[in-house]
Amino acid sequence: MLDRLEELYRQAADDLARITSSEALREWELGTIGRKGEITLMLRQTGQLPPEERAAFGKRANEIKNLLTQAHLEREELIREQELARSMEEGQVDVTLPGRVTPVGRLHPATRTLREIYDIWAEMGFQVYRSRDVETDEMNFELLNIPPHHPARDMWDTFYTTTPGVILRTHTSPGQVHAMREYGAGGTKPIRVILPGMCYRYEQITARSEVQFNQVEGLAIGPRIRMTDLKGTLTEFARRMFGADRQVRFRASHFPFTEPSAEVDVTCILCQGQGCGVCKHSGWLEIGGCGMVHPAVLRNGGYDPAVWSGFAFGIGPERITMLKHGIEDIRYFWSNDLRFLNQF
Amino acid sequence: MLVSIRWLKEYVDIPADLPAEALAERLTLAGLEVGKIRYIGVPQQNVPGITVPPSDHLVWDRQKLLLGKIVEVKAHPDADRLVIAVVDYGGEALEECVTGAPNLFAYTGAGPLAPPLWTPFAMEGAEVWDGHSEKPARMILKGRKLRGVYNRAMVCSEKELGLSDDHEGIMLLDERTVAGYAPGTPLQDVLGDVLLDIDLTPNLARAWSIIGVAREVAALLGLPMHYPPTDVRMDGPAIAGRVDIDIRRPELNPRFTLALIEGITIAPSPLWMQLRLKLAGMRPINNIVDVTNYVMLETGQPLHAFDWDILCRRAAQSGAAHPTIITRLPDAGEELTLLDDSHHVLDAHNLLVADTAGSLSLAGVMGGLESEVQPDSRNILLEAANWNFINVRRTMQSRKLSSEAGLRFSRGVHPGQAEFGLRRAAELMRVLSGGIVARGIVDSYPLRPETVRVDLPVAEVRRITGMDLTPAEIAAILRGLQFEVDVTGDLLHVTVPDHRLDIGTGVIGQADLIEEITRIYGYDRIPTTVMDDLLPPQRDNPALRSEEWARDLLVAAGLNEIVCYRLTTPEREALLAPPGESVDLPENAYVTLANPISQDKTVMRRTLLAGLLDTAVANLRQTDRVRFFEIGSVYLPTPGDLLPQEPRRLGILLAGPREMAWWDLPARDGRFDFFDLKGVVETLLAGLHIEKAVYEPARHVSLFPGRTAALTIRKRPAGVLGELHPKVAAAFDLPDGLPILIAELDLEVILGAARAAHRVSPVPTQPAVYQDLALIVPEETPAASVDAVIREAGGDLLEDVRLFDVYRGAPVPTGHKSLAYALTFRAPDQTLTDKPVNKLRERIIKAVGQKLGATLRD
Ligand SMILES: [Zn+2]
Repeated sequence: MLDRLEELYRQAADDLARITSSEALREWELGTIGRKGEITLMLRQTGQLPPEERAAFGKRANEIKNLLTQAHLEREELIREQELARSMEEGQVDVTLPGRVTPVGRLHPATRTLREIYDIWAEMGFQVYRSRDVETDEMNFELLNIPPHHPARDMWDTFYTTTPGVILRTHTSPGQVHAMREYGAGGTKPIRVILPGMCYRYEQITARSEVQFNQVEGLAIGPRIRMTDLKGTLTEFARRMFGADRQVRFRASHFPFTEPSAEVDVTCILCQGQGCGVCKHSGWLEIGGCGMVHPAVLRNGGYDPAVWSGFAFGIGPERITMLKHGIEDIRYFWSNDLRFLNQF
Repeated sequence: MLVSIRWLKEYVDIPADLPAEALAERLTLAGLEVGKIRYIGVPQQNVPGITVPPSDHLVWDRQKLLLGKIVEVKAHPDADRLVIAVVDYGGEALEECVTGAPNLFAYTGAGPLAPPLWTPFAMEGAEVWDGHSEKPARMILKGRKLRGVYNRAMVCSEKELGLSDDHEGIMLLDERTVAGYAPGTPLQDVLGDVLLDIDLTPNLARAWSIIGVAREVAALLGLPMHYPPTDVRMDGPAIAGRVDIDIRRPELNPRFTLALIEGITIAPSPLWMQLRLKLAGMRPINNIVDVTNYVMLETGQPLHAFDWDILCRRAAQSGAAHPTIITRLPDAGEELTLLDDSHHVLDAHNLLVADTAGSLSLAGVMGGLESEVQPDSRNILLEAANWNFINVRRTMQSRKLSSEAGLRFSRGVHPGQAEFGLRRAAELMRVLSGGIVARGIVDSYPLRPETVRVDLPVAEVRRITGMDLTPAEIAAILRGLQFEVDVTGDLLHVTVPDHRLDIGTGVIGQADLIEEITRIYGYDRIPTTVMDDLLPPQRDNPALRSEEWARDLLVAAGLNEIVCYRLTTPEREALLAPPGESVDLPENAYVTLANPISQDKTVMRRTLLAGLLDTAVANLRQTDRVRFFEIGSVYLPTPGDLLPQEPRRLGILLAGPREMAWWDLPARDGRFDFFDLKGVVETLLAGLHIEKAVYEPARHVSLFPGRTAALTIRKRPAGVLGELHPKVAAAFDLPDGLPILIAELDLEVILGAARAAHRVSPVPTQPAVYQDLALIVPEETPAASVDAVIREAGGDLLEDVRLFDVYRGAPVPTGHKSLAYALTFRAPDQTLTDKPVNKLRERIIKAVGQKLGATLRD
């Protein structure tokens, strides 16, 4: 019996040493130290031996089973390592193959820029106020200090409608008077709003001009608002929008609803002020107009211009988008070609 | 407006070392935007800190392009059409130039010329424009033989110097132009110039002249202004009593002045004047017309010259003793033919200059054909008038006319300028035409504007600008702009000069002055501050916030945002109804443009659908799969309201293969259908936490019958979604057979139901019991009804009902379908056992059987 045990042990140990796969190992385990394995079966036969042999045999058989169990564990570890190494060898992928992209949608570039503008102004306490596209001549012009037939009207090529006195707004400035009347509490409360919206101009559609375009106007009214604030606030905006290293320049200009009026330029994003085609070799890019709210407009909004003052500005989101991304044709915006939209 | 710096220097002593580029920059920053700088012969200068577009204009070589003096013109020995000009160019010897210039032929063989002729002279090696080339081309002058005579220099035409296109003869310079220059002076010094092309904003009407710009320059540089003299030598018999003025509408014609110049001879004007007109973009005509244009360019006051003899003849014909100028509105149907040969039936507001015989000119805009100056005119009645700018602008618009005079009058010219312009022009005409000016002028000035005075406290300047300027600083700036200023302590009493109409009174006048002060002081010198003002009450904008939220949800659902033109045509939108069917539109359904710019944009849209379809058509030429949405307003006029409603809508469009193929995973078959579209809508509504959305079968003229649903949210109609009607798809040129899924939803209703603060349920702690249930129902039974009955019967313990299969065909009887549901049961406080679940299941089966005739499928 003992000899048979020793024989089985040697055989099992030899077999184990030659095993290289986890399947063979499982088979070996079943055949030797498993519940019905030969070693296990022998161990169970201990009781049939004469009593004097039982102790020695039992002890040895247990020893062998422990040795083989230990060896099995080691072998198992080794084979797992080998198999992992093999699968790593065989399972390599070509990481340069394209990934499976989740097709996501995209916001229109005009929306993206509008949001960027909202965010910057929101941090300075300016909130969004929207008003209608189809406006009265009175709101779009007259209350903004632009009387009928005044030459200042030449500044806007206006779409008129077949209803007398009704036009498509040429700018979001009518929102100034709307906001003053709605939020100003009869000219007693300060205001900080931005007025985004689609505007319309009677212009041929070309790479540079469109019949419809977004505009964002801003309006701040208070008892202590000065031109130095206008300069400081717009400089802050320009640097946040175009980069902290931008230089900002204010140029005298004219808008009937502000006085003094200015145009705001930033150093050209493309040539850093050296002169290029985009900035028409001036080194500067015009980003919008601004000024101190004209006393007549304050009055039309319900404020006493001798006590209250304010500033207003207007910027063009599409133009800003074009400058930032080097877009040379404004017609891309409303033509909605996915080959354009998918670049944002 | 083109402004010659050489001309400007007659009125203000611009320092010689101030480069034109720097002057242009100063003007631009002060609101006179210099759009372009044009160089005449002189080089561009590099000014540190100023970037200007590089110019490749012709620079006149200072050694080789010189002032020449022709001392004699000799015949060419071998050619009739050539002569030899003997030129003193400051060199050691005279130079002989062979030329074919016809304007020298008269001097041929006359011996030494006294006085000599002055001309631009080019030496071998000089670069000039090719006078014979049709297209602009430059050339380097080379010595060559011309009919046997060697020629190494040239006398130049205007074209060769780049001054104009004139190559009829060489340039002969007049005395005034060469005064003070010796032969051999570089031509740059004699004729070189820089032209500033200034874009004037409407408020700067006063600067629409050389003197107007000179005033700005003087103020900016702190230099004095030199006005030209207004003395006129008047040697003729008095004008008084020979012509009358009758102004019928002073509010439209505040002032009218006249001078009479007799015995003139019409001739070309001198070169200096012609050159200035040409460089300003005007064509020289003769010494009378040129003076009216020149003085308009110089002073900003437009003028008009009548042939006096024609006026006298008309007066006689109408039985009057002498001419009377009448300014009046036209009679009904009155007609007038203008200088440009255009014929007009006049509108009631078109003011006329007339006489006793009828109309003469369209006031302030253009002279009439009949009374204009003729080549043989001998006597000139000169008009300098003033017109209401609003009325001139209306007249130009209604008559579709434009003129240099009209443009200036329509921006506003101060009536005070009329006499200045009249005197200046009368004297120039006298000098240039040999005429005699009648003594005195006739000045009818019925509406003299009040002198504007503004009291400006220094504190007001500080309040608006934020800067502490002293009274002296402010006064100096305003005086530089020709304002009169008296300072009393901190108060400035300001009197507005009589060339400005743009300064108001009271608080508006103060603002007008503050603009002038800051503009001249320099915006670049204004410090920057951070607002320390009251922060207004901060308000939420829920409409905008929820709209942006919807955008984010749709983008997350894989859709691209588009933005379409809001202008379209009724015809385009009519295509949304299949042929034969029509959409019932109310009268005046559209906001219609009175002045559309193109035929495809005549009205404001009433729907987003047409724009979505147009966008799909365009993109389906490049790609087979489109998914996009638009959020924007439509414009719906409502009877009785002046302005239309502008509700916000959401448009969605899907078309093409549902899945994308990958290199190892082919796309499964299937194109977007109704349920993909509905899925997008459901995703949006779920994201906005909107429950109680109801989809019901609906009909819509543009949509496929039976594949169209109406959406209702909280009992409010919220739009339609469905598959596009194939006939509409065809009308929009969409690909044949491709299902187009499209929705137009009412964003106001949807966003009105959105809930930013929805309630969140606790995460369940008890296990769920899952059961499947397959029901056979008649084909026409809507799934939503089955769903509703199951939920009702299932009660509180039925947590979720999910349809996972719809099956038709054996063994399901024809006319029926099988709907398979996965049911989730859960009790909040205990572990459910099979017993209550089975009871519920039986209840559900019974309910659907009774209410819908559903049977259990085995
Ligand atoms: Zn640039």
